[in-house]
Amino acid sequence: MGKWSRRAFISGGIISGGVVLFGIAIRPGNRVAKVAPLISDTNDTIFNVWLKISPNNQVTVIVPHAEMGQGAHTSLAMMLADELDADWNLVEVLEAPAHKEYANYALAKGYALGDLDFPSWLVDTIDGVFLTATQAINLQITGGSTAVRTTGKFAMRVAGASTKAVLLEAAASTWNVPTDELITKNSIIQHPKSSRSAPYSEFAAIAAQLKQPVKPKLKMPDEFQIMGTNVQRLDIPSKVDGSAKFGIDARPPGLKFAAIKTAPVFGTKLKSVDEVSIQNMPGIRKVIQLDNAVAVIADGYWQAENALAALKFVFEEDGNELIEQSDIFKQFENDMNNAIKNSAEITDFQKGDINAALESANHIVEAEYRVPYLSHAPMEPMNCTAWVHDDICEIWTGSQDPLGFAAQIADALEMDIDNVLLHNEFLGGAFGRRAFSDYAIQAAKIATEVPYPIQLIWSREEDMRHDYYRQASISRFEAALDNSGAPTAWINQYVEKHDPVEAPYIPYAIDNQYIHFIESKTHVPWGFWRSVDHSLHAFFTESFIDELAFAATKDPYAYRRDLLADSPRFLHALDTAAKKSNWDSPLPDNWGRGIAIHKSFGTIVAQVIEVEVLEGRVVPRRAICAVDAGFAMHPNGMEAQMESGIVYGLTAALYSEITIQRGAVAQSNFHDYPVLRINESPIIETYIINGGEQIGGGGEPGTPAVAPALVNAIFNATGKRIRQLPIRLHDLSTKELSSKDVA
Amino acid sequence: MLLQSLGYTNLNTMLTLTINEDRYDLDIDPQTPLLWVIREQVGLTGTKFGCGIAQCGACTVHLDGKPIRSCTTPALAAVGGTVTTIEGIKNDSGELHPVQQAWIEEQVPQCGYCQSGQIMSAVALLQTKPLPDDTDIDDAMSGNICRCGTYPRIRKGIQRAAEMMVIAPQKKKAIDG
Repeated sequence: MGKWSRRAFISGGIISGGVVLFGIAIRPGNRVAKVAPLISDTNDTIFNVWLKISPNNQVTVIVPHAEMGQGAHTSLAMMLADELDADWNLVEVLEAPAHKEYANYALAKGYALGDLDFPSWLVDTIDGVFLTATQAINLQITGGSTAVRTTGKFAMRVAGASTKAVLLEAAASTWNVPTDELITKNSIIQHPKSSRSAPYSEFAAIAAQLKQPVKPKLKMPDEFQIMGTNVQRLDIPSKVDGSAKFGIDARPPGLKFAAIKTAPVFGTKLKSVDEVSIQNMPGIRKVIQLDNAVAVIADGYWQAENALAALKFVFEEDGNELIEQSDIFKQFENDMNNAIKNSAEITDFQKGDINAALESANHIVEAEYRVPYLSHAPMEPMNCTAWVHDDICEIWTGSQDPLGFAAQIADALEMDIDNVLLHNEFLGGAFGRRAFSDYAIQAAKIATEVPYPIQLIWSREEDMRHDYYRQASISRFEAALDNSGAPTAWINQYVEKHDPVEAPYIPYAIDNQYIHFIESKTHVPWGFWRSVDHSLHAFFTESFIDELAFAATKDPYAYRRDLLADSPRFLHALDTAAKKSNWDSPLPDNWGRGIAIHKSFGTIVAQVIEVEVLEGRVVPRRAICAVDAGFAMHPNGMEAQMESGIVYGLTAALYSEITIQRGAVAQSNFHDYPVLRINESPIIETYIINGGEQIGGGGEPGTPAVAPALVNAIFNATGKRIRQLPIRLHDLSTKELSSKDVA
Repeated sequence: MLLQSLGYTNLNTMLTLTINEDRYDLDIDPQTPLLWVIREQVGLTGTKFGCGIAQCGACTVHLDGKPIRSCTTPALAAVGGTVTTIEGIKNDSGELHPVQQAWIEEQVPQCGYCQSGQIMSAVALLQTKPLPDDTDIDDAMSGNICRCGTYPRIRKGIQRAAEMMVIAPQKKKAIDG
């Protein structure tokens, strides 16, 4: 996997150091001219900011998304290469530089237009407007499961198709034949009538001078050659022999290492440091005091860690050190109870008349659920390498938002963003965490104090205690059931709304609904966590619908089915998961089966989980997953993302809990924040439905339905309804009246 | 640590380590965890730091063929032994180890950060159990965490590597013989 040339970036010129670019149409306002020095260092022809062709007919796809294991680099290259009719064996990927020309305007456009197609006469305007807007906010984010459905759709495919169009035009004029007599295949243009053929590279120089169509004809699904196939992921070979470079593997010359301790209580400041306490320790270079942290630079990381452990320092106290986890839940409860009195109620979604439905109800069901704060805990602890030299700040790290990081570092150092040179390396897991630049800003600030490059590595303990956490929350429900047990009213109140808007909404046909929430601020920093608000609301809503089925003495699958009768796409996913699980087949003693369905990021996922409860211990045995993302660009990659989302969701549901003790995070490492291991990992079966709807995301939708399917399975096995996560807090060594006995 | 906090400034000693068949003479504190010696002094960055307390397995290397957690193993413990890292398991002609090949064929890695450790544990497993069953895999691999959840593929990858290393050669032998 190529990386862009640092030298080229620094030189800032169009052509430098013996590098000759040809075929670039340098017109006013043409973005290619601005990026050419960043993405080219050979005799490449650059067609647009996403694509270049080398003299050896190699196609390089420039991808403005980070690779964190989700396969974005490969999927996006597939989309461009397919439209280009490129030879996949001659395709490589270059991650776009953190430069404003690579702001994710396609992402913004995808959101703003709601994925709708738009008229061609608007394209120029829209592109112009969004490009300007996204550049202004330095938007270059990988998140929200957007890579394929926005960048892929609005940038990659269009770039491939419009480049193919000008290559054909160039070949037609060179050979003096009509364009429609030409065929493109495997990066070669053929003219069968005259038996001529030549590689794309022969026409590249001419083609790049031609005006590319802004709205070229894109392929229909039955014309796809690469999209929808299982090509091997481009990043995998380097990940099996140790050669893949992550942020932590940066090794600029003269590198020193830094360990850091940030104020354990969020929001407090560093008060004093006694540097004498470590002055005789080996390898120490410098102690750095930041606003809310103290760092030690040493020749080696272990020396820095040891010195930091021995260093005497004091943090200020501001009252937050008195906060306990129980205070936070108490605050939520009080705020929920007082919400109406205090007019603090915020309406999320409303339809029908809930009061009338409640009055005429045959039966009313109520329940309250709780979820804890969660940490991301990616395998690679936060780290960043920074070197301030020659008026620039050079950064090596793994970021979900490289351009945003560069802008925030520039702000912190009071530099021009053009002087922040950020090398984005592979991300050793992210899950939302690496969208926050705190660790990179720390590294940049430390680097301003010394003449050599430093690598700041957070210990696992720092990583866990200074995350941006998935929120803790309480969600309360009240539902009215009619004589047949069908729900006529759905009332839901919960704490804190973030993103996406639709996360708490249900797909079920219930005429009267009132969904509302309250704000209840805490000092614990919030962050995007794989699937964001969906991660909690799917647990709430899909657990409660199961409770309604039980109250109605109906089978939970059949009950959902009835309420989805008018939603064929949901129904298909639900039926697929149920059928593949042999829903009606009997299970051994102490086993249970649970179902859940949830749509997120445009993708519907239905899951059935089978669990065994062995002397109180929950063992997930099998997870069946039906996924409809409209179209799976890389089916094997989609399966991998479902497996990944399921394991991530199982960890959270079974084990994960961040608690606040004396204002700080109590957990510190994998011994007290355990994660699922291979011996606990169930058999996972994924069934892909190419429903043909607008393409949905893949990285996140596998997670939300896991927790409810699991607690529903535990209910089925034990008769115990778990309403607070994680599951390990509950005593499951005895059984209650089982849902099996009722249904 | 104790000696250092009493004011000893330099505890360095010359140590000789053998890593991937190369000999390194190093002037280091012998208590330095092998992980940091491999990554910083020797400059092999395929071995990863994950937790620092032998909980996650990202730092797994072999010492005399056995998998160890290099984040809690002092460099001193490797003196006189043979250390093998992810960079050292290709064969002499530079071909990937069957476990590495299987990892590509099964498309195991996602973010990839834990995979050096996973592969080193898997290679060690197959050295002692050429045809491991699920329990053998659980026993050998449960010390290696993967947050991307590649466990189902790790299982398949090990089985495929075993097939490549044991079953396929046996079949070939049967046919040839």
